[in-house]
Amino acid sequence: MITATTSAPARRRLLRNPWRRPVFLEGFTWLYIAWSLLPIGLAVLFSFNNGRSQSVWQGFSMRWYTGDPLQSVLHDPTLHAAIAQTLKLALFTTVIAVPLGVAFAIGVDRWRSRPAEAANFVMVFSFVIPELIFGVALFFVFNTMFTSVHLGTLAETIGLVTWNLSWPAIIVRARLVSIGRQYEEAAADLGATRLQAIRRVLLPMLAPAIFASAVLVFSGVIDDFVLVNLLSSTSKTEPMSVLIYSNTHGGNGGPALNALATLMLLFSFVVAIIGFVGYRLMTRGERTSTDESLATFAGM
Amino acid sequence: MVLSAPARVRHRQHPPRARRRVLYAGLSVPAILWLAVFFLVPFYAVLSVAGGQIDGIRGTPIPEWNPLIWSRASYHAVFQEFSGTGAFLGPLVLRTVEYVGAASLLSLLIGYPAAYYVSRFATKRKGLLLGLLLAPFWVSYMMRMLAWIGLLQTDGYVNRILIDLHLTSHPVTWLGGKASTVVLGLVYGYVPYLILVLYAGLDRIDSSLLEAGRDLGLGRVRTFLFVTLPLSRQTIITGLLVTVLPMLGDYFTNVMLSGATNTSMVGNAIQGQLQSTTLQTQGAALSLLMLGVLAIPMLYYVVATNRASQAAA
Repeated sequence: MITATTSAPARRRLLRNPWRRPVFLEGFTWLYIAWSLLPIGLAVLFSFNNGRSQSVWQGFSMRWYTGDPLQSVLHDPTLHAAIAQTLKLALFTTVIAVPLGVAFAIGVDRWRSRPAEAANFVMVFSFVIPELIFGVALFFVFNTMFTSVHLGTLAETIGLVTWNLSWPAIIVRARLVSIGRQYEEAAADLGATRLQAIRRVLLPMLAPAIFASAVLVFSGVIDDFVLVNLLSSTSKTEPMSVLIYSNTHGGNGGPALNALATLMLLFSFVVAIIGFVGYRLMTRGERTSTDESLATFAGM
Repeated sequence: MVLSAPARVRHRQHPPRARRRVLYAGLSVPAILWLAVFFLVPFYAVLSVAGGQIDGIRGTPIPEWNPLIWSRASYHAVFQEFSGTGAFLGPLVLRTVEYVGAASLLSLLIGYPAAYYVSRFATKRKGLLLGLLLAPFWVSYMMRMLAWIGLLQTDGYVNRILIDLHLTSHPVTWLGGKASTVVLGLVYGYVPYLILVLYAGLDRIDSSLLEAGRDLGLGRVRTFLFVTLPLSRQTIITGLLVTVLPMLGDYFTNVMLSGATNTSMVGNAIQGQLQSTTLQTQGAALSLLMLGVLAIPMLYYVVATNRASQAAA
């Protein structure tokens, strides 16, 4: 009885403390993180399984990476082709989309006119349109109008460039807005031409944003599925994501796919880490915190 | 005389407006042309295919390039599939709305608390937590689906845990036509994107406003309800758009985790129609109709982000 009467106000006071730890929210967040990452961890684990099962552990082996003479990632030519295709597409797309997008961002931000606004509108529109609808449009344009572009690597690259163009355009533009115009004007006052001001003043200042957008485009292509699925023709032009998809529908596609996906994961993480570290180095002089740099990498 | 010297210098050094314009316009022209040819023209091609016919012999679509004589037959064909006997699109659209509605609501219920916690309370471990929240973003979508396919097998971990907890006596067939599995797949696939947008928005809320709420005597719950939540309304809408729009065009989650026709969504119908050449005009018409419906939320998104970036400038 006594403990009950004394503990009630104490408990209420405890509830009212505005600086107490939000235990429920904290627990919930960690639960969410576990739910989002544990399945991936298990999928990675089972790529080392010494058996076909995805659910019964039969001992550690490198069988699906190197051991199996037919089905391992090392020995299956279709898996090689998929890896090569993914890397090829990622490289082509980044090399084309980033310069195009950066030039677009600088031009549109400084041009300030009706056509520039219209172009920017189309760019943002291309950012939100569902990928399937855009993919259908490209599928038809390559089949009926630009028939010299056959479905395959070229069609995939064109599609991916168009789809990813908005990353550098949006990220670099946001950076331009925060830089303002005064640096270019100062350069002009010191005798630089407009082009020199862009090349020697603006581009170095934009370097971190350009770099971040390149990393995002590259990893976006690795992850892309819809466009490459609609625009690939033969198994030779199918990248990793399409291969995993077409071998799994509604069933166990075999642990070699897990091995492939694990390699893909490793690759993405390497790109992410290079990107993050590189970005930190490039922005060393500025006061950016870790989470701000992380945020840039997520395209925020 | 003294005053005019710097003015003259500036005049000489800044090229005239028109020339500056040429430079900036020139910089943006390559991308504008690219967008025109590979973004706008393709939609003209879809319109032409949808307004054209199917070759009677070869069974392939013959696009009609002249907009004046575009046929409405394929749109009629699509509309006829909406209602009546044997119509398959009506139920499909309804199901898509149900699945996407349920999945986005669940995503919000899961994503908001996590984003809120990390943006407001995680002080020391913010970098770590943010890294973990963003980690799925770096894992390919297909791999994440693959992971659940492994877990949801008949003899997989999910069934084993359910049996161990005596929640079910015999294993559940999760893969192969289960609505809850598809919704779970959608949530799992898209919630990281939602969290990203929510985190960015919540992190931008000025904490002095929250402190003001506290100082005026609001408890934690009421500060949240009366200050944080109203301030994050725009973020919630943007976040939902970012997840709902791609979910509506999603067909792969469904194929990976179910593959059965009783869980098909609109995306599956469009993708299926592309596979058979005789149905391609209908596929074109259906994707255009979908674009027409989604144009409103998409335009809203474009306008809202434009306004936000102008406010930031």
